[in-house]
Amino acid sequence: MSTPSSGPSSGPGPSGKNGLRTLKYVDAIAEALAQEMELDPSVFLFGLDVDDHKAIQGSTRGLLQRFGAERVFTTPLSEDAMTGVAIGAAMAGMRPVHVHIRMDFLMLCMNQLVNIAAKARYMYGGQVKVPMVVRSMIGKSWGQGAQHSQGLHSMFMHVPGLKVVAPSNAHDVKGCLIAAIRDDNPVIFVEHRLLYGTEANVPEEPYVQEFGKARVARKGKDITLVGISNMLVECLRAAELLHEAGIEAEVIDPISLVPLDFATILASASRTGRLLVVDNAWTNCGASAEILARTAESADRAILMRRMGFAPTTCPTSPPLEALFYPNPATIATQARRMIEPKAPEWDPNSERAKLAYQTQFRGPF
Amino acid sequence: MLPEADLARIYRSLRLIRRAEEETARIYPSDRIKSPVHLAIGQEAVATGICDPLRPEDVVAPTYRSHALYLAKGGSLRGMMAEMYGKATGVAAGKGGSMHLIDAARHVLGASAVVGTTIPLAVGYALALKREGKGRVAVALFGDGATEEGVFYESLNFASLHRLPVLFVCENNGFAIHTPLAKRWASEKLCDRAAGFGLPTTRIADGDVLAIRESAAGYVEKMRKRESGPAFMECLTYRWREHVGPAEDYDAGYRPHSDLEAWQKTDQVARIGGMLKAEARAKVDAAIEAEIADAVAFAEQSPWPDPKELTADVYA
Ligand SMILES: Cc1ncc(C[n+]2csc(CCOP(=O)(O)OP(=O)(O)O)c2C)c(N)n1
Repeated sequence: MSTPSSGPSSGPGPSGKNGLRTLKYVDAIAEALAQEMELDPSVFLFGLDVDDHKAIQGSTRGLLQRFGAERVFTTPLSEDAMTGVAIGAAMAGMRPVHVHIRMDFLMLCMNQLVNIAAKARYMYGGQVKVPMVVRSMIGKSWGQGAQHSQGLHSMFMHVPGLKVVAPSNAHDVKGCLIAAIRDDNPVIFVEHRLLYGTEANVPEEPYVQEFGKARVARKGKDITLVGISNMLVECLRAAELLHEAGIEAEVIDPISLVPLDFATILASASRTGRLLVVDNAWTNCGASAEILARTAESADRAILMRRMGFAPTTCPTSPPLEALFYPNPATIATQARRMIEPKAPEWDPNSERAKLAYQTQFRGPF
Repeated sequence: MLPEADLARIYRSLRLIRRAEEETARIYPSDRIKSPVHLAIGQEAVATGICDPLRPEDVVAPTYRSHALYLAKGGSLRGMMAEMYGKATGVAAGKGGSMHLIDAARHVLGASAVVGTTIPLAVGYALALKREGKGRVAVALFGDGATEEGVFYESLNFASLHRLPVLFVCENNGFAIHTPLAKRWASEKLCDRAAGFGLPTTRIADGDVLAIRESAAGYVEKMRKRESGPAFMECLTYRWREHVGPAEDYDAGYRPHSDLEAWQKTDQVARIGGMLKAEARAKVDAAIEAEIADAVAFAEQSPWPDPKELTADVYA
């Protein structure tokens, strides 16, 4: 078995025509945007601060210089109206990409997204389409706290008419963003701040990562781990810890949540007999609840199921409390092992080994 | 000129904010404050001028750039430092950090990191205070960026409709993060927009803390006596440091250093300090240094929250 210690770079991607390069998640986003804007003049990029020198942590870097202020522009702080503007422009035939530096700010966009964007195609009898992308980032650590840390993807998964994708590595983020821009539906594009610095092999030419296709990021026979967004990275590290304890975990990256490649998850869980879903969000009514419910409905053998996510509380800023708020490789591995060896003695995976590079590298304030 | 005692009180507020913020910036690179700090250095005059005429029982609603308003209203410095350190003794039990300061005893409402969200909360308080009938007032402080949110206009309209005792104060520092007004406002006439909802307005362009104080005092007095409904003030000011974090960022190129120098010429901390006798000023300064040193020591020595706190207070 391979040991994907480099995380995401191990799994993804056929090799491209121009060969593979290593690219950061953040640069892969910028590259996808540039390539689609080059290809299709109806694509434009807007949202608070997309055109300043920080360029949304670098993910919109160079686009203003290349495509000009008519296609790359900031907005007033008016998320509700700007979402409506994106929808109107999309209905008129353009392909807006609307950017929010935090997923929490999508709460100001809810009415337009849920009541118009999601429904227009259907309630207007197929007369219109809303090809728009809503990019936003989940924040974590350094005291982001209650309102800068939320993973709210399940709220959007709940509503028919919206697609929801949460790529976990640089390869997928490029392919998914291109697919999202070309999609004729509103796509909620979920990024994670701590993934921005992670690297993977990324083909130079444009490519589409088809929605509704999960990836088996690591093969294993004993238990199936499903990791959503950056929890995929944490699951891969947990799988290494488990390997040291003689347990082989299969790790699945759903990549897109709506549509969801449930068949791949079910097939794996049916084989291993155990399913642990780890989400970068609360478990209550969350993506993990949905995956477990569907497994319970569809499996034709007994499968032991568990899920992990944010603690059922508001995200605290105090570092020791914040550490308890999130699943991490050690808690994931411990939970997985308990599912396999319920009678095993208490296990404390080596905490140094459990650390992820991005957790030690990231420094505030933002 | 104001009596010496008034000047000393105003100076104390300005200087305390300035020095507490500088101290926060000094500590920050040590990573002991793991909280995004939006410093108010340069903007002290607005909070100080607005709060000076307020009574302890009046209510203020801050934003995430809250340190100045919080301190000007008498918020606990110990509690603020401990909160930024994430300690159990913080004003929000270490759960909120710099962006969510609160001091219920001093009637500082909780701060929010989502721009514009506390404006209607001040209006709601004003609704309750009007019913209470004791002449208390509420003040909403917010940045120029917040005036772009629909909730701002909706709040002005409702407050005016119900003649609520709320003073709206825009701290216009010219930028939302790095984006200047010219890229966000179709018209600079913010006061005209508020006047459109029937509010009396005042624009103070030079950062004069005494002018801000006088204007706020006038509005607040009328509201207390129910002689007027809500009022609106726009106070121009300047943020000396980066949007979030401890450093300066003039090398980023979005604003010239000469703008800073112009504002520094009218720095209100120095100006009001200069109106005091040297001895009186030295006394205030020494007391502030002691207070800050005490607050930092308090934060450092305070315990971390108990792990049980993780799930406490999700519900009342
Ligand atoms: C609703 C919302 N949109 C965007 C942001 C990101 N953001 C944080 S501060 C800020 C600028 C706010 O500017 P202003 O209101 O003028 O206040 P200042 O920071 O200058 O004090 C932005 C856009 C946010 N926190 N909330």
